[in-house]
Amino acid sequence: MRWAVTGLGHGTDNAFLVIAGVCLILFLLIIGLMSYFVFRYRRSKGVEPEDIHGNALLETAWTILPVLIVLYMFYYGWLGYDARRKVPEGALTIKANGQMWAWSFEYENGKPSDRLVVPEGRPVKVTLNSRDLIHSLYVPAFRVKQDAVPGLERTVWFTADETGEYDLFCTEYCGTGHSQMISKAIVMKESEFTAWLAGTAEAKAAPAPAAPAGAELFKSKGCAVCHTVDGKPLVGPTLKGIFGKKVRVSTAGKEREVTIDEDYIRRSELEPATDVVVGFPPIMPPQKGVLKEEEIKALIEYIKGLK
Amino acid sequence: MANEGAGYLGTEGRPGGISSWIFSTDHKRIGILYLVSILSFFVVGVSLGFLMRLELISHGPTIMEASTYNSVFTLHGVVMLFLFIIPAAPSIFGNFFLPIMIGANDVSFPRLNLLSWWFYMAGAALALATLALGPADTGWTFYAPYSLRTGTYVSLAVFAVFVLGLSSILTGINFVTTVHRLRAPGMGFWRLPLFVWAVYATAWIQIVATPILGVNLLLVIAERVFGIGVFDPAKGGDPILYQHLFWIYSHPAVYIMIIPGMGIISEIIPVFARKVIFGYRAIAYSSLGIAGVGSLVWGHHMFVSGSSYTAGVIFSFFTFLVAIPSAIKVFNWVGTLYKGSIVLGTPFLFALAFIFLFSIGGLTGLILGALSINVHLHDTYFVVSHFHYIKFGGAGFAFFAGLHYWLPKMTGRMYNTKVANWSCLVLFIGFNLLFFPMLILGIEGMPRRYFDYLPQYSTLQIVSIVGSWVLVTGLIMMFVNLIRGAFRGPRAPFNPWGSATLEWQIPSPPQRENFEKIPEVTKGPYDFRGLR
Repeated sequence: MRWAVTGLGHGTDNAFLVIAGVCLILFLLIIGLMSYFVFRYRRSKGVEPEDIHGNALLETAWTILPVLIVLYMFYYGWLGYDARRKVPEGALTIKANGQMWAWSFEYENGKPSDRLVVPEGRPVKVTLNSRDLIHSLYVPAFRVKQDAVPGLERTVWFTADETGEYDLFCTEYCGTGHSQMISKAIVMKESEFTAWLAGTAEAKAAPAPAAPAGAELFKSKGCAVCHTVDGKPLVGPTLKGIFGKKVRVSTAGKEREVTIDEDYIRRSELEPATDVVVGFPPIMPPQKGVLKEEEIKALIEYIKGLK
Repeated sequence: MANEGAGYLGTEGRPGGISSWIFSTDHKRIGILYLVSILSFFVVGVSLGFLMRLELISHGPTIMEASTYNSVFTLHGVVMLFLFIIPAAPSIFGNFFLPIMIGANDVSFPRLNLLSWWFYMAGAALALATLALGPADTGWTFYAPYSLRTGTYVSLAVFAVFVLGLSSILTGINFVTTVHRLRAPGMGFWRLPLFVWAVYATAWIQIVATPILGVNLLLVIAERVFGIGVFDPAKGGDPILYQHLFWIYSHPAVYIMIIPGMGIISEIIPVFARKVIFGYRAIAYSSLGIAGVGSLVWGHHMFVSGSSYTAGVIFSFFTFLVAIPSAIKVFNWVGTLYKGSIVLGTPFLFALAFIFLFSIGGLTGLILGALSINVHLHDTYFVVSHFHYIKFGGAGFAFFAGLHYWLPKMTGRMYNTKVANWSCLVLFIGFNLLFFPMLILGIEGMPRRYFDYLPQYSTLQIVSIVGSWVLVTGLIMMFVNLIRGAFRGPRAPFNPWGSATLEWQIPSPPQRENFEKIPEVTKGPYDFRGLR
């Protein structure tokens, strides 16, 4: 087992060692006694069994003792939990958003990222939200996990003490791409982090920023999880050569035929539930308020070019 | 069965054929109906689990795509829980033996009993129909809002579980009434065999908790069909409410699975130690204690879904408390062995394996009940391993122990005990090889319900997959041996283990009418004086 790299995680690890240790002792005691009795009192030794109906003293003892032991365990588990409740003041706030099947993070200065980048040694508060289903943000090395529930903001905090790259998972089952909803948590030195954070902040201030290429957005926004560009349908229809094509869609329960044009693509990005291509489930999360105008344009151009 | 003409299995004086079984109101025949149907579905569940494991043998799609994998683990859960482990011990052994053990000729409502089996089969047919139409891919928990959005046949699968719940409630009502109304003269509550106590406590959970699941499932259907917006946040609903309603039933359901298994173990241990059980009343009370406290711990499934801090602390506290009655049972079983005269019969070997595996299951439950550790381990392989130790290592092995203990009575024939002992060993090794690595995988952070995994988890995954092969080998050995024994084994004597409970005082297999004259009970169920 790898030790935790957060203070909260040390609390969890200590509780684990203590509780698992006590459990191991109890287990060895039970199995040891059981094996000894089976061996010592086996039939082939020809001993006469002795009917013992019970023993008040012994039975009271083995009721009260375990109660004390589990209360001790409860206390230890609670200690590490209580610490998770109080977010330290001055913590860096990062917004996290889950959607099928990608994580996105946004920093105080508006910088977006698909990885959770945090400075070493500074408390970080993550506010979690989801655009579609329940997801769960899990960084095993931090011993941190919290569900992201659509419409209900959740908070979780930690201070990472060791620089490095750590796995970040989704642990609430969320459909076909659940096991691909993986990213990284990256802990950087404070100076490195400041530079990283300033990176886009500068670019943002620069006049008329070049819109990121559509192909890049297609990946970073998580489109590629459901839509391919090679003609093979996945959870959603493939986008290869769809521009200008006619498709059957279901609009408010009625089927109709539409030609895929710029308007249709825009509508499908922002309010995907309006026209759903027949044969596919209506599960795409709406991107209204998520995609910026220039990003929508870049994506439309990209999709047009998929021949 | 091979004993045509013998006892309740015989066709004398009535038409034979399939209709003499599927329309029979004899609790023994209904027990056999459940035995055959439940074991068939168990084979389906095992096959699904086996395929799931096999898929993970290499990265990326090996034998199936991600969406298929998701349906497979969903169906594995639904089949194993609702079609196998919940009904297995109460519906098979409870039906067959509960009336005989209390000295009755049948249950209180024989026709209702038959109806329960029909509901069970209807539910099973619906659940398996989804297999052909397009199986649900939500996980057996049907969590909202995913279960409201996904395009698969969720409504049908949910309705199947609803019908199975109905069957479970009716069975529960029947058993509670039977225990209260049909005990033979002299059979006071403190002379009930502990298996009867266990089934009685379970029946109460079935009656009280199952309707909540029913309501919850109907709401899911209403939500999917009419879009009423109780759980869907997009319509102003609350997905966390779904989780509460779901676990208010589904956590007590874990005890529906395990308590009858504990009852079986409480029957077997004293018989093979040849002495009275240690702490009879403590074991009986602890069944009720588990049923009671167990209904107050459901929130421990939701520590990280964002319940309040206070709720988390309270649910963790009760979770630790519910361990006490289980621990008391284990101590009493081990205590019973002290100064016994122990016969290492097959049922007893399974009971020892049960104590070993159930202890691991229970103790890992304590680790999970601790709040700060739960945050790390929730929804990882650790949880998967923990509940398999409880449900398969515990309830499953207890059920196997029961099969080896009672089949000679049910069929009138004996299996090959040597092969049975070997199959117990192979099962035990396979089980640990399959599920122990999962504990470590969980501690290292491997999330559950993953179609694919990162390279650092490969080695332990492979060990676990090999374990599944060993386990399946053990299962085949055991079932082939038992089926052969049931049809071709040598005739079993009426009391091969020297048991003191009433079912062993009548012929094997029992007559059509359990007792020609209702017996007068004069001694306790584990009084072996005169039998040793």
